[in-house]
Amino acid sequence: MSFINDPIGFLAEWITNFLSGFLPEAWVIFIVTLLGVIITASFGLIIVIFLIWLERKIAARFQDRLGPNRAGPYGLLQTFADMIKLITKEDVVPEKADKLTFNIAPILSVVAVLLIWAVVPFAPGWIGTDLNVGVLYIAAVGSFGILSILMAGWSSNNKYALLGAFRAVAQLISYEVPMLITLMVPVLLARDMGMMTIVESQNLWYIALAPISAIIFMVSSIAEVGRTPFDLIEAESEIVAGYHTEYTGMKFGMFFAAEFLHAFTIGVIFAILFLGGWRGPGAEEFRLLGVVYLMLKGLLGYFIVMWVRSTLPRIRIDHMLAFNWKFLTPLSLMLLVMTAILDKIFGDTALRLPLLLAGNVLVLFLGWLALRWASRRQTKTRRVFKKRPVAKPA
Amino acid sequence: MLSNWIFVGIFISIAAVFPLLPIVLARFLAPRKPNPIKLDTYECGMETVGDTWVQFKVQYYIYALVFLVFDIETVFLFPWAVAFDVLPLFAVLEGVLFIVILVGGLLYAWRKGALEWA
Repeated sequence: MSFINDPIGFLAEWITNFLSGFLPEAWVIFIVTLLGVIITASFGLIIVIFLIWLERKIAARFQDRLGPNRAGPYGLLQTFADMIKLITKEDVVPEKADKLTFNIAPILSVVAVLLIWAVVPFAPGWIGTDLNVGVLYIAAVGSFGILSILMAGWSSNNKYALLGAFRAVAQLISYEVPMLITLMVPVLLARDMGMMTIVESQNLWYIALAPISAIIFMVSSIAEVGRTPFDLIEAESEIVAGYHTEYTGMKFGMFFAAEFLHAFTIGVIFAILFLGGWRGPGAEEFRLLGVVYLMLKGLLGYFIVMWVRSTLPRIRIDHMLAFNWKFLTPLSLMLLVMTAILDKIFGDTALRLPLLLAGNVLVLFLGWLALRWASRRQTKTRRVFKKRPVAKPA
Repeated sequence: MLSNWIFVGIFISIAAVFPLLPIVLARFLAPRKPNPIKLDTYECGMETVGDTWVQFKVQYYIYALVFLVFDIETVFLFPWAVAFDVLPLFAVLEGVLFIVILVGGLLYAWRKGALEWA
C-alpha cells in the first residue's frame, strides 16, 4: 500500500507501528480511533466554513447580486469575519428561560448533524465506522436534531419560539415518515444497511432503479432541514425567527452552522444512497479521487437544495402536512411494495432495470392521477358556493 | 462490532467539544452588560402578556401519534429489507401484507380527519 494510493491508510499504519513500540495494544487502538474521530468530525466542520461562503455566493447569483466580495479574494474570508463578529457579540440568556436546556440545545443541534458523518463512506476503506445498521443510525441520529429544535423553542419561554418549535414537531416528524420509507428502498436493493455495502453494491446507480424514491427522499430531506419551501419553523415574516428567536452570538451561530452542514449532509447522503457514493473511474486505485467524487456528487445535491430554495415560495402549513400525509406517504409506500415484489421475482434477471423503471413510471402516473382527481374535486367544491349578491346601482 | 460503537461513543464526546469551544471562547471575549430590559422576553418591543408554557393545539399531538405508528413500522421493516435474499416470495408478500394493514390504518386516520389541519 503506497502513500499516493491510500494516504490515510498509510498514515494510520505508520502511526500504529510507531505507537506500538512503547504503548500497550489497547491504547494504540484507542489513540488511532481518536485520531480517526477527530479527522472525520473536523472534516465536516471545516467544510461548513466553505459552504457558508458558497451558499451566500450562489444565492446572490440567483438573486442577481454579487454576494460577499470584500473580505479576501472573492469574499472567501467573509465566514471568518462573521465568526469573529459572532464570538465578540454579547450572549444574552433571557431571564425567564430554562437555562440548562437553553444552553444545551445549540450544542445538540451541531452534534446531531456531525454524528451522521461517522458513517459516511468517503472512499474504499475510508469510513469513520462501518456500522452494520448504518441507515438506521442516520435515521436515529437525525431525530436528535428535532429534539434540539424542540428544546430550544420550549426553553426560550418565548411565544414565537414556542410556535416555531411546535411547527417543527409537526413538520419534521411528518416528513420523517416518507424519508424513512424511501431510505428502505436502497436498503432493499442492496440487501444491507451498512453504508459501505450500499455503495459497493451500486454497479448501477440506484437512481436508475428507483428515480421516484430518490426524488421523494430529496423532498422530504429538504423538509427535514427546514429550508424554503419548508421553512415554516423559522418563517421570519410570521414568527420572527422561530425557535432561535432568543438566541444571540455564538449560540445562534451554532444553529446557523448546523443548518448549513445539515443541508450539505443530506446532499452527501443522497449521493451515497442513490448516486453511487465514491464510485467513479479510478476511485478504487487512488482513494483521494473517491473523496473528490463523493464531494462533487454531494455538492450537486446541495446545489439542488439551494436551487429549490431560491425558486419556490414558502407553503402554508396545512398544505405542507396534507402534501406529506396524503401524497408523499402513500406514494412512497406504493414504491416500496412495488420495488419489493418486482425485485424478488426479477431481481437476478436482466429484466430488473426495465421493469423497476416501468414500475416507477406507473407509480408516478398513479400519483399524478390522484393529484388531478384531488384538484378537480377542489374546483368542484369551490363552484358549489352560492353566488354572492352583487350590489347594483339603483 | 463493539469497537464500532466505541468509535460512535468517542465521536459523540468529540462532536460535543467542537461546538462547545467557540461558545466557551465567546464567554471570555464577549462583553457582558445585562440589564432587566435586555433580559426580558423578546416580543417585538411589547411587554409579554401571559404565560408561554400553556396547553396548545391538540392537532400537533395527533400528528405525533400517527408518526409513531409509521416509525415503529419502519423499524420492523428494515430487518425484512436486509434479509430480502433469504426470504421466499411468500415471506416478501407477508411483509407487503403488513404494509397494506398499515395503509388501512392511514386511511382510517384520514377518514377520521386526523390528517386535517383544523
